[in-house]
Amino acid sequence: MKNLLKGVALAALMLAPGMAAAEVESDEPIIIVQNNWTSQLVLSYVVGKTLEKMGYTVEYAPSDSQLQFQAMADNDMDFQVEAWEGSMKSAFEKAAENGMLDAGTHSALTREEWWIPNYVLETCPGAGSWEGLNRCAEQFATAETKPKGRFVGPPADWGKNYADRVGALEMDFEAINVGQAATLWAELQSAYDRKEPIVLFNWTPNFIESKFEGQFVDFPAPSDACNEVKEWGPNPNATGDCGAPHSGWLKKAASPRLPEEWPGAWAALQKVDFNNAQIAAAALMVDVDGMEPEEAAEKWIEDNGDIVKSWME
Amino acid sequence: MTEATAPTATETNRGFSLAAIPLWAQFAAIIIFGVLLSLVWDGATRWPEAWTVPMAAWITEFIEWLKSEATIFGVEFKEITRGIGAALKAPVKWAEYLLYRGFKGIGLGPLPWVAVAAGVTIFAHWVGGRRLALLCVLTMIYLATFNLWKDSMKTMTIVIVAVPMAALLGVVLGIWVTRSQTASRIISPMFDLMQATPHMAYLAPVAALFAFGPVTALIATVIFAMPPMARCTILGLQTVSSDVLEAGQMSGCTKRQLLWKVALPSSKRTLMLGLNQVVMQTLAMVVIASIAGATGLGHKLLYSLQQLRLGVAIEQGIAISLIAIVLDRLTQAYAYKETDHFAATKTWTQRHKHMLLFLGILVVSYIAAEYWRWVKIPPSKFVWGTGDAKTVLFDAKLLARHADQAIRDFNVVAFDYINPIRDWVTIWILLPVRDFFLWLPWPVFVGVIGLAAWRLGGLSVLLLCLALMFSFIVTGFWVETMKTTYLVLIAAALCVMIGVPLGIWAARSERVANIIMPICDTLQTFPSFIYLIPAIMLFRIGDFANIFAILPYATVPAIRYTYLGLKRIPPVTIEAAIANGATRMQRLFKVELPVALPEIMLGLNQTIMMALAMTAITALIGSTDLGQEVVRSISTQNFGRGILAGFFIAALGIIADRLIGSWAAERKRQLGVA
Repeated sequence: MKNLLKGVALAALMLAPGMAAAEVESDEPIIIVQNNWTSQLVLSYVVGKTLEKMGYTVEYAPSDSQLQFQAMADNDMDFQVEAWEGSMKSAFEKAAENGMLDAGTHSALTREEWWIPNYVLETCPGAGSWEGLNRCAEQFATAETKPKGRFVGPPADWGKNYADRVGALEMDFEAINVGQAATLWAELQSAYDRKEPIVLFNWTPNFIESKFEGQFVDFPAPSDACNEVKEWGPNPNATGDCGAPHSGWLKKAASPRLPEEWPGAWAALQKVDFNNAQIAAAALMVDVDGMEPEEAAEKWIEDNGDIVKSWME
Repeated sequence: MTEATAPTATETNRGFSLAAIPLWAQFAAIIIFGVLLSLVWDGATRWPEAWTVPMAAWITEFIEWLKSEATIFGVEFKEITRGIGAALKAPVKWAEYLLYRGFKGIGLGPLPWVAVAAGVTIFAHWVGGRRLALLCVLTMIYLATFNLWKDSMKTMTIVIVAVPMAALLGVVLGIWVTRSQTASRIISPMFDLMQATPHMAYLAPVAALFAFGPVTALIATVIFAMPPMARCTILGLQTVSSDVLEAGQMSGCTKRQLLWKVALPSSKRTLMLGLNQVVMQTLAMVVIASIAGATGLGHKLLYSLQQLRLGVAIEQGIAISLIAIVLDRLTQAYAYKETDHFAATKTWTQRHKHMLLFLGILVVSYIAAEYWRWVKIPPSKFVWGTGDAKTVLFDAKLLARHADQAIRDFNVVAFDYINPIRDWVTIWILLPVRDFFLWLPWPVFVGVIGLAAWRLGGLSVLLLCLALMFSFIVTGFWVETMKTTYLVLIAAALCVMIGVPLGIWAARSERVANIIMPICDTLQTFPSFIYLIPAIMLFRIGDFANIFAILPYATVPAIRYTYLGLKRIPPVTIEAAIANGATRMQRLFKVELPVALPEIMLGLNQTIMMALAMTAITALIGSTDLGQEVVRSISTQNFGRGILAGFFIAALGIIADRLIGSWAAERKRQLGVA
């Protein structure tokens, strides 16, 4: 008898969510993707809070930066505010073929390149350019790469082969790839604290520029010719002897159901536009001032009321 | 050790003419043959590309097909998985409403945190008395003061749904295996495979087939956490003493009664070890599942690490560990709780005073939450006084920043001492061993393992090992597999060297055990991600950092199983040894260790499995082995490569398991303890 009662109680409990869910689903939530870097988190809250002001229900869902695009194509998630050309281009384009929507491009431009902390210039004054850097390659050597210098490269799946560029430019460096972005920053932090020479992969805009002083290393400017014509560039016998583009795109992405179910939100989201300064400022509030991403987003909306208003119209 | 003792065991027992040839000569012949072959044929060093089976591509295409085109009886396959996902979503949703969302439909908030904290504490007092209640109070206060309450509740939603599912599934499967030969033959290897497959390898295919989000996390968690429960059920049922079973039969138990009233209760201890493992594995998996859409502590933790906020990450990691320890202690205390034989003589209120107290607090706190916000959600800052006289009593953020600084300062100071050691070990030990494994012609590897498998376990083990080894050779994963083998072998050797002595020490001294065992719990539950960042900062990217990050996690089973093995020895055996005049040392090496050997070997087996699983985590540092393939497959959606790499990691674990297992069985038989 006791067990029977328990069973009935349990069954009643199991039914409860269905009923409760039906109540909530009267205004189906728009699911906004969150990744694990600062600017994205703040901007996604900015967008989410804007939508809430418009009366929509918003939910946030964390996701891997590559899996998210397929999830949006499948209508499991609805909106991503930061899609980077450098690291997400292929996943973005693949998902776009499967139905995911391109919700427009930000004014912000992105750059990905070799990067050095400024103190490196003290021991290697020419390190601002690839030729100067190469002259003191040995300063960057570790046990595994000796006598070559070590270049700490991006995760291997980010679609950039720096070993090829090192070969094409005949540099005395070896590219060691990390497994994830955090590893890059751990290496940088460790070296930075000890003022040890380091050259690593970095990009802009991100929180690094607000925390560490440094600069990108200049390589020969990229062009189609660089990748096709051997004679082009410093090495007459190789293609690919040039750097990465200085201005890559930053896009927004959306699920195919978004325009159908929430046309008003879709119109607003297409207008959402951030530039480099705004993104860096958003990241700064969290990374330097120690705010929570959600607080930072509230402050950003307060400070930029006009911009937010222009999206909502 | 394996090779040294095996020949004496097998040579005398097998009638093959091969036994006439000394074992070393057989191994030597295989090695020489393999090396010579590699000199004349490049294919012996690297499997020829023309013969490679493009299995990875096939699997990826198959999954794409399942997702987009496959139908079963006219229903799209995708719709079926989506349906299952939606069904599983119900309990998750309900847990979410209860713990942190609130029932918006009926205007009822989530459980006030005061009520949750009081409820857990009251339950703890009921099952385990004052000490356990105190542990719970401290944990709740920790979660509240460090501003981790809501994230903890988000994590708990998946846990409270996944643990019962995994435990129930495990017990049912375990019972089935002990009942049916066929089930045993099919399911046992599956468990080996599932448990040896790294957490991450589950995520991508599950995410592809099921709806993205908490359900993916739930499914992956249940699959991952279930095998230890099943294993312990099998072990428990098989080790029930025959006297107990006979007593049950004599008192006229039916088969069903024998199982539920006799066998299962008498193996309660082993079952609880299983539940304990389920809880631990669930939490570990929930943290990792955050990359496939699970919110909560894991997600926050990943974010903190990404930002190099180690202090915050440690606070979050401690929260995860504390939750795990509380759950573990609660389940154990519940299991050991004595039946109240005087219940009938007490009044209803006396018997249910804990429940009544909780209900009272629940109602009061719901009402109070309407007036004071801090009853509903813990305050984010603890402030004394008002206005200008305000003083902040406790600031978790500031504490975290101090921790960050301390770790960085330590790094600056320690680096100069540690770096030379790191360089020396890397250049003189790690790189040569790695190069050796990469040089190794595959016929030598296959031949040596095959011969060992055959001599130790006979034809069936040989065939299994051959099939597993050729699976990674012919699919073109040889190089990655060898890199993993090298990492895991070195890590496991270190784990055993550290873990077994610690286990012995703990078994000999209660005081040491009281210190080591909680540390083990903490290490095993502390999210393994956290070790990565300090490892990178101190040792920089490389295999040294990889191995260092594997150690804390994989040493635990070596300690735990050695300790348990020694503790389980019947007192009679030890008394017999003492009566025979054995010294302490003789007792340890001639009696205790040999008797405990099966258990210690189970520990080594687990150590290897954990080290293998960790290779997928350390891949985040930067490696080029199977673990890296698993991790990369999630982001590149190259499911085929990821699934295969996960399978090969499991295959390595199974090969090790079979070799060790066969050897241990043979050894037990020799010692007459089987």
